[in-house]
Amino acid sequence: MSSTPIVAFNNARLAYGRRVLWQDLNLQVAPGEFLAVLGPNGSGKTSFINTMLGTTALDAGQVSIDGQPVRRGSRAVGLIPQQRPFGDNVPLRARDLVALGVDGTKPGVRLARRAVAKKVDELLELVGASGYANRAISDLSGGEQQRLRAAQALAGDPRVLLCDEPLLSLDLHHQQAISQVIHQQAVRRGSAVVFVTHEINPILPYVDRVLYLAEGRFHIGTVDEVMQSHVLSELYGAPVEVLRVNGRIVVVAGAGGRELPADGHEHPQIADDVAHRDGK
Amino acid sequence: MDFSDLLQKAFNFQDYAQLLPLVSNSLVAGAALGIVGGLIGIFIMMRDMAFAVHGIAELSFAGAAFALLVGADVVTGSVIGSMVAALILGVLGTRARDRNSITGVLMPFGLGLGILFISLYEGRSANKFGLLTGQIVAVDDVQLTGMLGLCAVVVAALLLIWRPLTFASADPLVANARGVRTGGLSIVFMMVLALAVAATIQVVGALLVLALLITPAAAALRVSSNPVLTVVLSVIFAEVAIVGGILLALAGSLPISPYVTTISFAIYLACRAVEKLRSPRRHQV
Repeated sequence: MSSTPIVAFNNARLAYGRRVLWQDLNLQVAPGEFLAVLGPNGSGKTSFINTMLGTTALDAGQVSIDGQPVRRGSRAVGLIPQQRPFGDNVPLRARDLVALGVDGTKPGVRLARRAVAKKVDELLELVGASGYANRAISDLSGGEQQRLRAAQALAGDPRVLLCDEPLLSLDLHHQQAISQVIHQQAVRRGSAVVFVTHEINPILPYVDRVLYLAEGRFHIGTVDEVMQSHVLSELYGAPVEVLRVNGRIVVVAGAGGRELPADGHEHPQIADDVAHRDGK
Repeated sequence: MDFSDLLQKAFNFQDYAQLLPLVSNSLVAGAALGIVGGLIGIFIMMRDMAFAVHGIAELSFAGAAFALLVGADVVTGSVIGSMVAALILGVLGTRARDRNSITGVLMPFGLGLGILFISLYEGRSANKFGLLTGQIVAVDDVQLTGMLGLCAVVVAALLLIWRPLTFASADPLVANARGVRTGGLSIVFMMVLALAVAATIQVVGALLVLALLITPAAAALRVSSNPVLTVVLSVIFAEVAIVGGILLALAGSLPISPYVTTISFAIYLACRAVEKLRSPRRHQV
């Protein structure tokens, strides 16, 4: 059954009031596939993730995971969120955060301590976080925390890993390391990865396809197909230039020479500026 | 009053053995409250709700004062008061910032109402101030049963929702994505908190509930990040404060609360010192 897509969007549409984020979305993500989701702020990237988590409902169409309609709390999906600091008053060590991924939704107190500890040890090993298993999460760096996030998300053996800007606010070294961990695990397990980011370069070696969302439109294809000046210009409805510099992709807005998402220096107003300039 | 008078008032161990049986009810109640405070305190800290607890306590005080005035059961009155406060906070203040401002609005109103009711009350004045600052011998058998019942409900409810509540408190975004009903849990937690506050007020008073519900947990969190150890320490600290406070108060003629709050605070200072000694630069990195 390896030909069955893990994620399938069928004529999907999402809108907030009159503002359509995307519509007529037909997309299938295959086992082992790495899909990058790019686009400016407010283009519906996080909402796209939320529709697969079942926390945001589509306005039209369907989305299914592993052949089943999306259900909130399904073990078939794992989420790696954006890094955010944990408070000082959260009494959890690295291993406890991962353990919450194993059985955190179950009622009561944890009784199967040994079994959970064993599973947690394996997960920590998998993402290379065994070295700080017993340290308080509030003492860990952003990069270390994101490795734990990966372990936490993998705890349920998900069919698809949903990553929502997991590299944001990490330094380059950690960006690469975390991307590699996520890719490796997906390949090893044959699960799919949906990776929302505005910085494509750290994940460039792993990306199979790109979904680029902008201005209520989208484009799907391989990196070479989507990251083209004419494709993005059409998407934004304004001149956009895609440059390749030393194997990196840099997207700049028309004559202004400002960068657009794909290069980590996203400013929400850029997409608007592009649209406005187009109107004049 | 000179210092030796004060000392005589605070610590006088004459007739101690004869006095002890008089407070056995208070000791049992205190021990139960220690467990409640130690357990729920960890969640209050994780959810950043210390100020909200204070707000709930003042409305609970108003409820108790009203019950006193009309001759109804004081525990029931304080339960109703804190439930109302918890519901208002739970529904209106889902975000920490909203919650703080709503608490700030609610707290003086509750305190004002309470003062109105106790001013109108014409019974024993010890009862009046007992609600605000705590009382020592007032726990009779009927009250004790009621309080133990409240404590049992709180502990049972906490144990039942322990894991998902930990997940939702530490990591709400992922917990929600994983299917934990974070909104529903937060309302349930507010209700449980309301019961805990109402029970605690009976012994340490509305103004000092934080000494039992916050300080022990805050102290435990300074010295450990192990989720099991912090809970154990928090309960031990709360027990030492409340049971130790009652035993010391017996030796003087002062209310119980200054003893409880002082022990609680001393434990907190000691834990901060331990934290500092262990890793002097932890918070600079």
